[in-house]
Amino acid sequence: MSDLSIETSHLTKNFGDFTAVNDLTLNVHGTKCVGFLGPNGAGKTTTLKILTAMVHPTSGRVLINGIDVQAHKREALYPCGALIESPEIYPALTPREALSYIAELRGIPASERTGRIKAVLDQVRMADWIDKRTGKFSKGMKQRVNIAASLLPDPDILLLDEPSTGLDPRGMAEVRSIILDLKKQQKLIFMSSHLLGEVADFCDEVAMIDQGKLLIYDTIERVIERVNGGGAAVEIDLASSDLTGVQEKIQGLPGVDHVEHVDTRTFLIRFGGGLPAQERLLSELVAAKIGVISYKPSSGMSRLEDAYLNLIKGGY
Amino acid sequence: MAAPTPTVHEARAPLPTDFTQMTRVTQYELLNYVRSLRFIVLLIITLIIVGALTGVTAYYRPGALLVSGLAFYGTWWAAITALIALCAALFGGDAISGEFQNKTGYFLFAHPVRRSAVFLGKMSAAFLASAVIIAIYAAITVANGWYYTGAPPILFWDSFGFALIYLLGALGFTFLFSSLFKSGAMSIIVTLVLLLFGFALIDELVSALAHVEPWFSIVYGSGIIGDVLTVPYPAHYSSMTVGMGPRAITLSSYHATIPEGIAIILVYAVLGTIAGYLLFRQEDFT
Repeated sequence: MSDLSIETSHLTKNFGDFTAVNDLTLNVHGTKCVGFLGPNGAGKTTTLKILTAMVHPTSGRVLINGIDVQAHKREALYPCGALIESPEIYPALTPREALSYIAELRGIPASERTGRIKAVLDQVRMADWIDKRTGKFSKGMKQRVNIAASLLPDPDILLLDEPSTGLDPRGMAEVRSIILDLKKQQKLIFMSSHLLGEVADFCDEVAMIDQGKLLIYDTIERVIERVNGGGAAVEIDLASSDLTGVQEKIQGLPGVDHVEHVDTRTFLIRFGGGLPAQERLLSELVAAKIGVISYKPSSGMSRLEDAYLNLIKGGY
Repeated sequence: MAAPTPTVHEARAPLPTDFTQMTRVTQYELLNYVRSLRFIVLLIITLIIVGALTGVTAYYRPGALLVSGLAFYGTWWAAITALIALCAALFGGDAISGEFQNKTGYFLFAHPVRRSAVFLGKMSAAFLASAVIIAIYAAITVANGWYYTGAPPILFWDSFGFALIYLLGALGFTFLFSSLFKSGAMSIIVTLVLLLFGFALIDELVSALAHVEPWFSIVYGSGIIGDVLTVPYPAHYSSMTVGMGPRAITLSSYHATIPEGIAIILVYAVLGTIAGYLLFRQEDFT
């Protein structure tokens, strides 16, 4: 398989006076999972719609594996599976028929069709509903069938627009597990999401946009480092409620950048350095005898959340 | 410019041609018509119309109707233009607008299929489903006609052919409105109103009072479906004076000639299809 790629070049989309995507240039190459983050109305879905030729760009172009999507949609989307927003399935059709429709449009041979349809419906736990009409399905059930439709061609590239939308917690966990499986199969996954935990858990890289503009695109670690100044954070709980001088004491420890009193007995400590610094800080806190009873390093999600909030707030 | 060759996954089958994809769209659109009861509803309406006609004819045996084959077919077949308008509106009215309004387009268009294949596939499905309804209506008409007046006159088959051409024109017109509106109900209603009443009213006013031939109207063109069953074929232009003295007014009446009627209908079919497709191609899924 040759190098997989998604490229947008000076992509702009105006809806009347409103600019949904603003000169977006983004090059994603290789087999990885890229999270596409941004607040509501940032232009994530519009970008994904342009990537699938559902929306025409005002200017600029998009290439998938080097093929211009607008000029050669069929060829460009041939290796792709896509889920854009939460599509409605033709209500009179069953999942078997709806997926057969897609399979026939994609030329999946009849001999493989039944097996593939069953396999993807199994993957999204909808096999029991294979011959029921989709018109009466809940939003979450339809979304599962939509995910199945995007997986049906065994795509090399997956374009997913908030795939967990409408799913219950179990469904969300299942989607995560599907995406983790797909990651192991050497695919390029480009996924918009507002669930930072989801992105932090299994994306290798993250692209953040706001007001249609790309703010940053890099690995998650480098984004956190660039935006949060390379620091990390821990939250500590203290046994005593007498906190006189404690904040100053912590502030004086080597490597500590900032201390915040977040709750009655809780402090948030931001510090520079990686794991060795974190280990050193723990021993120094214990040595300082301030009564630390718990020590919680911030998770990837909360560090990404910090970076996200800093970027969106600060316009980077 | 030749299309680029996509990256080929070792196990992935090649994409079907545009034409094959179009036939798949037709196939599943027909399945959707049957499943969504749309086809069954139109079939029931058709059977009610021909059932009523069969019952009334059998019971009253009206002399004016049974005097000749042309008189019989001319009367029975008169409802076909209204039936075609119904078929076009119900099968084609929301074919495109529904994809946007109901968000079913999001299911289909994120896949490697051109909008032209979907547009033509849906149009073909609407034509085939409507043609089946028209054929059923024609078959029952011919069965009754054969019983009362013998084999159908050759002119009936001309009329049947014109009806199918009119169906193409009506679908071109309908698909244009379906691409124009984002609401399926709106496109169905506008198409129905125009094809059933709107054009007929405009034709009457323009020809009778303004003395202008309504060559711009598809319904005027569709007049050839009934006119061909009239022997001799109606005069292209006629007029009558109503009233006397200074208050007298002259009312004009026009009948399209057969080449003119076919040309008008085909212009609607071709221009409606092209304009509808161009609108659909430009439309964003927002």
